[in-house]
Amino acid sequence: MITAFLLRALDRNILIAIAALLIVAALVPVLNLLVPPTSPFHIPTYIVSLMGKYLTYAMLALALDLVWGFCGILSLGHAAFFALGGYAMGMYLARQIGARGTYGNALLPDFMVFLNWKELPWYWTGFDHFWFAALMVLAVPGLLAFVFGWFAFRSRVTGVYLSIITQAMTYALLLAFFRNEMGFGGNNGLTDFKDILGFNIQAGGTRNALFAATAVALAFSLLVASGIVRSKFGKVLVGVRDAESRTRFLGYRVENIKLFTFTVSAMMAGVAGALYVPQVGIINPGEFAPANSIEVVIWTAVGGRGTLIGPIIGAVLVNFGKSVFTAAFPEFWLFALGGLFVAVTLFLPKGIVGTWRQMRARRRETARMTAASPQAAE
Amino acid sequence: MQAGVRGFQCTPASFKLVTSMTIRTAILTLCLLLQAAFAQAQTDLRSSVDALGQGKFADVEAAITVLAKTGDPKAVPVLEALAAGDLYTRKSDARVFMTRAAGDDVILIDPITGVEDATAPKASVQKIRVNNTVRRAVRTALGGLTLLSPERQTRLAAAQSVLMAPSGEVLDLVETALATEKDADVRRVMEEARAASLLKSDRSTDEKKQAIETIRQRGDRDALGILSSALGSVDETLRPDVERAIAGIEERQALWNAGQNVWYGISLGSVLLLAAIGLAVTFGVMGIINMAHGEMVMLGAYTTFVVQDVIRTRYPDMFEWSLAIALPLAFLFTAFIGLVIERGVIRFLYGRPLETLLATWGLSLILQQAVRSLFGPTNREVGNPTWMSGAFELGGLTITWNRLWIVVFSLSVFLALLAVLKRSSFGLQMRAVTQNRRMASSMGIRTPYVDAATFALGSGIAGMAGVALSQIDNVSPNLGQSYIIDSFMVVVFGGVGNLWGTLVGAFSLGILNKFLEPYAGAVLGKIFVLVLIILFIQKRPRGLFALKGRAVDA
Repeated sequence: MITAFLLRALDRNILIAIAALLIVAALVPVLNLLVPPTSPFHIPTYIVSLMGKYLTYAMLALALDLVWGFCGILSLGHAAFFALGGYAMGMYLARQIGARGTYGNALLPDFMVFLNWKELPWYWTGFDHFWFAALMVLAVPGLLAFVFGWFAFRSRVTGVYLSIITQAMTYALLLAFFRNEMGFGGNNGLTDFKDILGFNIQAGGTRNALFAATAVALAFSLLVASGIVRSKFGKVLVGVRDAESRTRFLGYRVENIKLFTFTVSAMMAGVAGALYVPQVGIINPGEFAPANSIEVVIWTAVGGRGTLIGPIIGAVLVNFGKSVFTAAFPEFWLFALGGLFVAVTLFLPKGIVGTWRQMRARRRETARMTAASPQAAE
Repeated sequence: MQAGVRGFQCTPASFKLVTSMTIRTAILTLCLLLQAAFAQAQTDLRSSVDALGQGKFADVEAAITVLAKTGDPKAVPVLEALAAGDLYTRKSDARVFMTRAAGDDVILIDPITGVEDATAPKASVQKIRVNNTVRRAVRTALGGLTLLSPERQTRLAAAQSVLMAPSGEVLDLVETALATEKDADVRRVMEEARAASLLKSDRSTDEKKQAIETIRQRGDRDALGILSSALGSVDETLRPDVERAIAGIEERQALWNAGQNVWYGISLGSVLLLAAIGLAVTFGVMGIINMAHGEMVMLGAYTTFVVQDVIRTRYPDMFEWSLAIALPLAFLFTAFIGLVIERGVIRFLYGRPLETLLATWGLSLILQQAVRSLFGPTNREVGNPTWMSGAFELGGLTITWNRLWIVVFSLSVFLALLAVLKRSSFGLQMRAVTQNRRMASSMGIRTPYVDAATFALGSGIAGMAGVALSQIDNVSPNLGQSYIIDSFMVVVFGGVGNLWGTLVGAFSLGILNKFLEPYAGAVLGKIFVLVLIILFIQKRPRGLFALKGRAVDA
């Protein structure tokens, strides 16, 4: 059944995208590790990490697209799920530091020693094990999304109101994680990581492995998202997006459909966050900032919402642009980003991929028309 | 009637004659008496001052007490000089002088009159030595002496210093001062000072009971301090009275604290109201969330900065008026920007509220960066006119003028907006569009015009809010960001399309926040409020005061 589900997920575009991702996952480490630095094909390690970061963003954008593009829920709090996944991974990495911290305390992370805490808080137990942290990466964002969605969708909070309370949620989490008493490192967050699964996190090999893992995870997410969208359930999902009341009147439980999608999307965002943290080496409450969540929306919008490949392209393009811009003309980046928001909503409402598909469809249509026109003229 | 009037006129005239004679005699007598008394006092004072230069520390202390008992304000500079170590004795005749260095010699100055007397060689005078006991005696004496000063301020300060450090010794002096005191405020403080000192003296229990009552009526933190220190010194029989008084004061303090929290809440609520009210208008009418709203507030604040800058460099005397000038300018400027945004961007996005949200977010980034490029990323200083600075006390409440003005201002903006909505034809059109856009349109209302004007109005109000907020917040490019989420919460909580909802929402969130703060801390309090709003929206998805009817289902 699952194979059928996944097989149906593979249309030509998705197949190409997944193949491309898998090739990148294999090729980049080869170009980094095996090609000598003098060769023009060599990719420096920092670029590998940077690309890995872009791919985690792409995964976050894909997660958002699943709820926004296909279900019509504009979440302005998706960065919260991303950050929660990141924190779960960060806690595992912080436990791996052991006695190598500044204070050399094997039992407590540095910031707890600094705060004069005597023992590990209960919610840190278990994070010594990778499997537990990995479970939490899925469970914590998933649970939050489930509880939040349970209340919100059942009460039929929709549209702008839903967007605003998702924003309130991430804002509340931002404030909470800034507090030292929460036990997540306050405004410094968690950093100074040493090992992941026993491998040195700074080493080139680990970084390439992390990159490859991200690319594979993204490919898998794409497969799952495509599976959802192409199934019968996906058709109902689009129905909810376009005519919520009508779908309800036809007998579908709209709130359950939304809840399922929202939770899956949050878990996907959590995984993206968990892959993000070891590659950038830090997680702090700034990731919860409402502005971050809104930026994710623009990646998705630029690439094209309602298309699965669009958000990936959008996230990579916008973040690449951000890296270039902030290095070359730092003071103009906000102008560019702001202009992008305005321009995309005004002129490219379907995004790059959507517009391209539209144009191709129109060209095909005109081709068909011209082919048919001699007969029509007669 | 006439006779009555004449008779009536007659009496005061004769009365005046009699009184004027009596007064003249009295004044004459008084003058003579005073002259004699003055001369007498002068010699008395002089001899008391000279006594300071004799004997051991204990004798000096006794002399200080004698000086203090005279109650003569002229003794004040002498005692001050003594404490500062500026008083010398002339060895030849044991008279006491202040000195001023003049080459090898010193100029002797009469400590009472301040007149320069003669020049004498340094060796001919000897410094009067003081120790801590003497200094303390001087301090007590000074506290008592200044109670009799002719200056109201000095007396008040002296009474307060006695109140802060009461002692049994000054009691007599306080009572003397109280007997002649006319000023009601000073009298009140003196009575409290007397009561405080009385508790430290060995007066009768009944008098002490009264004293406890007097202090209890003062009822502030100082009174609490006096009573707690008295708790240790009074005898067993009085202790329950003191304890009862303390409990009474604490109860009252708790009440005032609650009052102060309500005031802080109202103050925060008025800020929220100012920030949210423009948003409520645009959201209510057009159904879009204007993410650039916070930036309009920021632009209003920067308008104030520019106005003040021009005033400072060109017309410095006009500074008091700077806010009055900035207010209309900020309104016009931000309303204009709002109009440009509406005509340039938003009107193409009607019917797509979520995308408007994105576009306005983009605009907010552009505006922020534009201000950052123009004025720099750091905080700009906006001054407070004198009528906005300082604070006053109202019972146990401390109220700062700027907060009070902001409360007044936000309420007047609210009322003005309400008047526009309910009384003008534009307001009527706006309400019609809010309730049912298509129906309003079929009735001949030009909905695009209403939209544009509404957006300009909402932005203009945000600009005026910026002028007010520039007085209590840092004027930086990030100013708007700190208000935008709170304003959303207020609008969503209060409900759309109803200004009263915004008012109630702003003040209840403000007060709730301030009441949670003492228990949960500022951050946790805010988190709690956010969670509460999220839960509240589940219960009432359209806010506290939701518009009813079919139009909202669209």
